[in-house]
Amino acid sequence: MVTKNKKENSEVTQQVKPLNDCPDWTFELLAQYQAEIARVANHYRLDTYTNQIEVITAEQMMDAYAGVGMPIGYNHWTFGKKFIQTEQTYKRGQMGLAYEIVINSSPCISYLMEENTMPMQALVMAHACYGHNSFFKGNYLFKSWTDASSIIDYLLFAKNYIAKCEHQYGIDEVEATLDACHALMNHGVDRYKRPQKISLDEELERQKAREEYLQSQVNMLWRATTDGNNENNESKYKYPSEPQENILYFIEKNAPLLKPWQREIVRIVRKISQYFYPQKQTQVMNEGWACFWHYTILNHLYDEGLVTDKFMLEFLHSHTNVVAQQEYNSKYYSGINPYALGFNMFIDIRRICEHPTEEDKQFFPEIAGSNWLDTLHFAMENFKDESFISQYLSPKLIRDFKLFHIHDDEKNNYVEIGAIHNEQGYKKIRHKLADQYNLSNLEVNIQIINANIDGDRSLTLRYIPHNGIALGDSKDEVLKHLHYLWQFDVKIVQENKEGEDEVIAQCSNKETQE
Amino acid sequence: MSNFIDRRLNSKNKSTVNRQRFLRRYKNQIKKSVSDAINKRGITDLSSGENIIIPKKDLSEPVFHQGNGGTRDRVHPGNDQFTTGDRIAKPPGQKGQGSGEGEASDKGEGEDDFTFSISKEEYLNLLFEDLELPNLEKNQLDKLIEYKTVRSGFCAEGVPSNIDIVKSLQGSIARRIAMTSSKRKQLKAYHHELDIIEQDKHEHINEKKELNNKIKAIEEKIRKVPFIDTFDLRFRNFAKQAVPTSKAVMFCLMDVSGSMDQATKEMAKRFYILLYLFLSRTYKNIDVIYIRHHTQAKEVDEHEFFYSQETGGTIASSALELMDKIITERYDDNQWNIYGAQASDGDNWADDSPHCKSLLINKILPKTRYFSYIEITQRAHQTLWQQYQQVIETHSNFAIQHIKEVADIYPVFRKLFKKNVKNVA
Repeated sequence: MVTKNKKENSEVTQQVKPLNDCPDWTFELLAQYQAEIARVANHYRLDTYTNQIEVITAEQMMDAYAGVGMPIGYNHWTFGKKFIQTEQTYKRGQMGLAYEIVINSSPCISYLMEENTMPMQALVMAHACYGHNSFFKGNYLFKSWTDASSIIDYLLFAKNYIAKCEHQYGIDEVEATLDACHALMNHGVDRYKRPQKISLDEELERQKAREEYLQSQVNMLWRATTDGNNENNESKYKYPSEPQENILYFIEKNAPLLKPWQREIVRIVRKISQYFYPQKQTQVMNEGWACFWHYTILNHLYDEGLVTDKFMLEFLHSHTNVVAQQEYNSKYYSGINPYALGFNMFIDIRRICEHPTEEDKQFFPEIAGSNWLDTLHFAMENFKDESFISQYLSPKLIRDFKLFHIHDDEKNNYVEIGAIHNEQGYKKIRHKLADQYNLSNLEVNIQIINANIDGDRSLTLRYIPHNGIALGDSKDEVLKHLHYLWQFDVKIVQENKEGEDEVIAQCSNKETQE
Repeated sequence: MSNFIDRRLNSKNKSTVNRQRFLRRYKNQIKKSVSDAINKRGITDLSSGENIIIPKKDLSEPVFHQGNGGTRDRVHPGNDQFTTGDRIAKPPGQKGQGSGEGEASDKGEGEDDFTFSISKEEYLNLLFEDLELPNLEKNQLDKLIEYKTVRSGFCAEGVPSNIDIVKSLQGSIARRIAMTSSKRKQLKAYHHELDIIEQDKHEHINEKKELNNKIKAIEEKIRKVPFIDTFDLRFRNFAKQAVPTSKAVMFCLMDVSGSMDQATKEMAKRFYILLYLFLSRTYKNIDVIYIRHHTQAKEVDEHEFFYSQETGGTIASSALELMDKIITERYDDNQWNIYGAQASDGDNWADDSPHCKSLLINKILPKTRYFSYIEITQRAHQTLWQQYQQVIETHSNFAIQHIKEVADIYPVFRKLFKKNVKNVA
């Protein structure tokens, strides 16, 4: 019996001829692997944009790094700085380059490094071209906040427009405007209002008309302010009527002295900021999803006998490095590794679906025992990091990661352990970890509350502290940039203990002239 | 659906523009770093680029971020000892521990400076930006030029040693063919006639004799055409072509009398380093001659020049005389670009200063491209400076500058070699 079984098995494996596993890749081999990966991805219902896979050299990879994920970038010194930093650290061997970079666009552009071996290229293709790609296409944040089909066109428009401005108004002027916009880039997104889709043609068409229209709007606004000698500097009516969190948008529409081309640049930076907004909020999910799929797809190929043991060993080596989680007392510890957390969560969701324990049934009654693929797709499509963790982080994973929560209050000279990986702690840890990925806790909450259009035209912003955390020291520098755009006095206020607004930073015309 | 694109052959320097933008923006800091670096280099060491250090805070891209204080909650992995409710004392003296991890890096304090390398070319460009080799234009019109003889075709006159045999013989053949062609035609005709007569059955003795005479006469004529004629001669022609010489000699003159201390000499050294770097940008071969002097001048090597101590009085003219002597002996001013740089603390034997002035005006300045004098002193100027000041008024290839401390050197050097030097008052 035993011998017979063995024979049968060997017959089965002989039917499938494994793909070549030599370390050197060729375009033919890439195409073969790609076809197999695509077949498996399709089997798991991964819906992707068309892939555009570009093979590049290490130098080109450094260029891509410097472009902070934009395949076409306008010229600015900060990208040069980034490039020099990357080049330095790479050359000194302090940092390896990523195996790939993938861009949320349609077609979805992935860069593969020339140096990668064949197994690495296969990993990267499964990871980027099917993992990330399907995430870009399926996740609700990306669907509603970005328009993958037009981003390349828009970046091209931005690059050309800024180059034109440099030609016309001088590099220094444009650079100063961009510096100011970059300082406020994080405050250029409407968090609760979905943005309009952008398209190059319309953009070009509307740009001219918009220039004139915008300027006329601004003029209207400020024309109403002719009696500028309002003594107590208090506006008769409040403008804006409600606090504005999108500072760049407010500047673009309302800054009194900006030139039309500067408004367009503000708009460009705002649009790019918005393009990256979903990526900031889905790091754990996005990487986790991609890791889950490269792992699942390649294992599927292995089960089919299409890839060899040799291939798998190299793949698993890289995979294990990527999803490793250092512990808090390791000297390499630098926070929770989003790859590790995301990958393990997706694996865990599959486990809960396929092999639920009593505990899982109690914690996740709605998914325990359900179809894992449906559940996984649902999770990918409808969550962001924060909600994903608060929905799906299981007690088992908390135990596996040995998570613990530290509470640090400025007033105390000690930190306190709030919860550990035990029965009482699960919910608290899940809640606190989810908060850790809540962008509105991480980013500074600062809003425009008043533009004094009747009086001295000063602009007032309010800082609303989260958990009593003060605004960082850079506020004065950022305010200078804001002043550059607004060109009248700007100040930030914060409510003090007595409930009164207290000025915590300001920048006036006099200061900048000095 | 997937497409593969091989981008490897595309240009890889997509970031060049951005890199240049970065250098442009931080030019002042970079220049400062460059001028700091120059002080650490040996005089002829210019084979490498330079590391540029810029304080990180100057490079910051500020954004609003959360500062200190308040309450913070963090979740960490790998619990090995804690239970709920444990309290861990904060390290003393550290307020508001950990400011929002992740973004903590823009906290500035105690962080490394931003260091990066620039290439040798970029380094030298920054170093010598706005500087121009003194009198370069003028020199190109007169003395910088060295002549080289080059072949330039052939001519009909020349000296016998330049005769080109092949060309001349070619001329000779051509002339002979030209001069004998009608006669050869005639000769052929006579031979033809003779053949006809000989084949005739009748005897034509007289006619035959006559024809033979004619043939002889014409053959004689052909033979008399000279084999070679002065007309055939061709001579190789030579022309003089102007070549700018790439040779330069730099004279470093320094006062090493007792009044010059090591610090002053170090300052002078930096000045010479700059000059050497500067010249090496333009000239391929540079000789450096070190002349040190107290009451007597002596040619020495670099080490002795900078590091050995002498005592005694100062007679600056001795160095100038030695320099003139060396130029006459070894550096023909038609072939060498001569540069002089004199450093001193200003002390000189008062009676000697007018002599220095006349030496400069009459002997040295007419031969040199540029002569600079730097005075490194904290005290008031003395006779040498006063005498030299008179020279400036009449000579544009002469400059004097006053250096008080190390920091002055680079600006002074820039001033000396500023583009379009016009120190003519």
